[in-house]
Amino acid sequence: MSNKTDSNIYTILFAIVMVIVVGGLLAFTASALRSNIDENKRLEKQQNILYAMGVNENEGNSAVFVSTEKAPELFSQYIKKQLVIQDGKVSEDDQAYLIDVKKEQANAKVGNARRLPLFVGEKDGKTFYIAPIRGKGLWDAIWAYVAMDENMVVKGAYFDHKGETPGLGANIKMRYFMDDFIGEHLMKNGAFKGINVAKGNADPKNEDKTDNEVDAIAGATITGDGVSAMIKSDLKLYVPYFETLKQ
Amino acid sequence: MGLLSKKDTALITDPLTDNNPITIQVLGICSALAITAELKASLVMGIAVLFVLGVGNVVISLMRNIIPSKIRIIVQLIVVASLVIIVDQVLKAFAYELSKTLSVFVGLIITNCIIMGRFEAFALGNGPWRSFLDGIGNALGYAVILIIVGFFRELLGSGTLFGIPVLGDSIEKTGVYAFGYENNGFMLMPPMALIVVGIIIWVQRSRNKALIED
Repeated sequence: MSNKTDSNIYTILFAIVMVIVVGGLLAFTASALRSNIDENKRLEKQQNILYAMGVNENEGNSAVFVSTEKAPELFSQYIKKQLVIQDGKVSEDDQAYLIDVKKEQANAKVGNARRLPLFVGEKDGKTFYIAPIRGKGLWDAIWAYVAMDENMVVKGAYFDHKGETPGLGANIKMRYFMDDFIGEHLMKNGAFKGINVAKGNADPKNEDKTDNEVDAIAGATITGDGVSAMIKSDLKLYVPYFETLKQ
Repeated sequence: MGLLSKKDTALITDPLTDNNPITIQVLGICSALAITAELKASLVMGIAVLFVLGVGNVVISLMRNIIPSKIRIIVQLIVVASLVIIVDQVLKAFAYELSKTLSVFVGLIITNCIIMGRFEAFALGNGPWRSFLDGIGNALGYAVILIIVGFFRELLGSGTLFGIPVLGDSIEKTGVYAFGYENNGFMLMPPMALIVVGIIIWVQRSRNKALIED
């Protein structure tokens, strides 16, 4: 046996066959499951947007989305308008929620005007403006949907991540972290300031809603800094639109 | 005995005690340090490794006579990587919520030294059934240590177990916090996992002197 499998020709042939078999298998799985996965991602976006504006099935301390079956119906019920802001011009587009924030960020880097999606929702007579934002955590991408009122006071937020450390950075998607953002002001004395994920802000119960700070997660400094940074850089782009609302 | 001979039983029980992959062979340390801040994450990682190591060991064992020895490590890596990716894709399509919880573990599973270590040390030289038992045994040995470390880190670091507060509320100062107890935030840092693993190794070797090398 060892003679046969030690020869160079056998080794090369084995490698070739292996690559073809494994490559074919992976390609087949990926393409066979593509439509299912895309559909799941589409529904998840709707669930995320609804979650941020408070349409969810939260129980106790756990964050629960509306079910995938109900998501499309609730989405059209609560989301009244989907806007795209580009170069200061606002247009309506009912597919705006499918805009890939990652691609738009890359576009903006090479000098093109970034398309900014904004979803206008209504619940119990109140209007919510929900913006998707995206940034970097410790290991990989982090993103969020932030619901605000017309004064840029946060009314709800949903955070998610691709590969933050379980038990540490991954906890940005826990209720205790996300709920801290509710009521926080993004503006300070008329100028945009963002919300800082701060260590040692002497406000662990988060009673001061106008300090532009929420309490950080122990052991997740870099993920927290990433959250602060993406709020600062991405939500700032929406400030001109909110100023037009005041007029 | 029936299904399992004495030798087969040893394949499962040895890694749980005197041949534990983490405390004796010191394999799989990276993930043991990284994800044990929470008991739940430890448990999920344990189950994921149990599955991958069990199936992977069988696949490698079935291929053991045709794998060219010059490229065997690459072949092993490809087998485990494609196994994990296929499972991840299937979960994404049919159990999306579950896949979101597990996907962060995917990278950690592929690079887990225990998996490559068992492929290399056992599956390449033994039949599928014995390899399967060996995989299950080692994954259980790994999971036990992860769960012990996760238990202490979550309890002392956050005062919770499986996310449920067991020591009272640290902000409202109820339970043991009323007596001035504080969570040790340091327990959440990976270095403390190393110290906890060190303590386990110390306890184990002081109970069984045969494990101490010269």
